[in-house]
Amino acid sequence: MDISSLFPFGWSHYLVGGLIIGLGVALLFVFTGLVGGMSSVYSSTWSYLVKRPFFQQAKFTQSRAWRLVYAAGLIVGALVWWLAFSDGTAQHTGVPAWQLAVGGFIAGYGARLGNGCTSGHGICGLSSLSLPSLGAVLTFMATAFLTANLFAWVQA
Amino acid sequence: MKAAHYLVVLIAGALFGFGLSYSTMVRPEVVLGFLKFQDWGLMLVMGGAVAVTVLAYQFAPRLMRAPLLGGRFDTKAIPWNRDTAVGAALFGVGWGIAGVCPGPAIAGLGTGNWDLLWALGGMALGALVQGWRAKA
Repeated sequence: MDISSLFPFGWSHYLVGGLIIGLGVALLFVFTGLVGGMSSVYSSTWSYLVKRPFFQQAKFTQSRAWRLVYAAGLIVGALVWWLAFSDGTAQHTGVPAWQLAVGGFIAGYGARLGNGCTSGHGICGLSSLSLPSLGAVLTFMATAFLTANLFAWVQA
Repeated sequence: MKAAHYLVVLIAGALFGFGLSYSTMVRPEVVLGFLKFQDWGLMLVMGGAVAVTVLAYQFAPRLMRAPLLGGRFDTKAIPWNRDTAVGAALFGVGWGIAGVCPGPAIAGLGTGNWDLLWALGGMALGALVQGWRAKA
C-alpha cells in the first residue's frame, strides 16, 4: 500500500505540529504539575458567573484562572502561526454555522459529562496510561467516525 | 499561583495553539477528512503529542521530587463509569458533526477564523447545560 495515499496533504506538518503540542503539555506538567486538558475551561469559566453548587466546586474555582490563561495562550500561539507562517488571510470554514453550533453543543456537553476531550482523554489520559481514558478515546473515535460518515452520506 | 506559573501556563498554551494551527487541526475540513478516512494526519498529530507527553508524565514524577516551580504533580484519575462512556460517545457525535473539538474552537480564533465562534458558543452552552443538570 502506498503510504502517501494516507496523507494526501503530506505528513510532516502533522507530526511536527503534534510534537509541538506535546511539548506544551509536557512543559506545563514539568514546571507546574498541572494536567493540561482543554475541555475543563468550558466548565470552570462558568464558575465566575453561575453560583450553582456544581460550578462552585473547588476543582473549577481553583483552576479557572490558569485555565483561562491557558486558553489565552492557545489564541496567542495560533496568532503567531497566522502572522508568521500562513499567507495572512483570515481562515474560513465551509462547514455550515448550524453544524458548528449543534456539533459544538453536543461535543461540549459530552466532553464535560465524560470528563475529557481529544486533549484531556487523548493526549493527557493516554500519556497517563489510563485505561478509562483509552476506553473514552476508542468510544469517541468510533462515534465520530460513524457520525461524520453518516453526515457525508446523507448530504451526498 | 505566582506570576511565573501563569507565564509557563501561557507559554504552554501558546505551544499547544501553535501546534494545532501548524498541523491544520484548527480547520474543521481537515478533521472531518480524517473522520471520513480521507487523510490520516490526525493520528500523527495525536501520536506525536502523546510521544512527548508520555515521557513527561511517566518520568518527571519518578525523577523529580516536585515540579520545577514547586507544588506537586497532579494525578487526575478518571473512573470508567456510565458518565464517562456516555459522555465520550456524545462527544464523538458532536465532534463528527462539527469537526471541531474544544482546543481548536479556541485556538482557531487566533487564525482569524470567526466562523469557529459558532462552535465555541455551542461548546460553552453544552458545558453550561451539562453542569446545570449534574449533581455537584
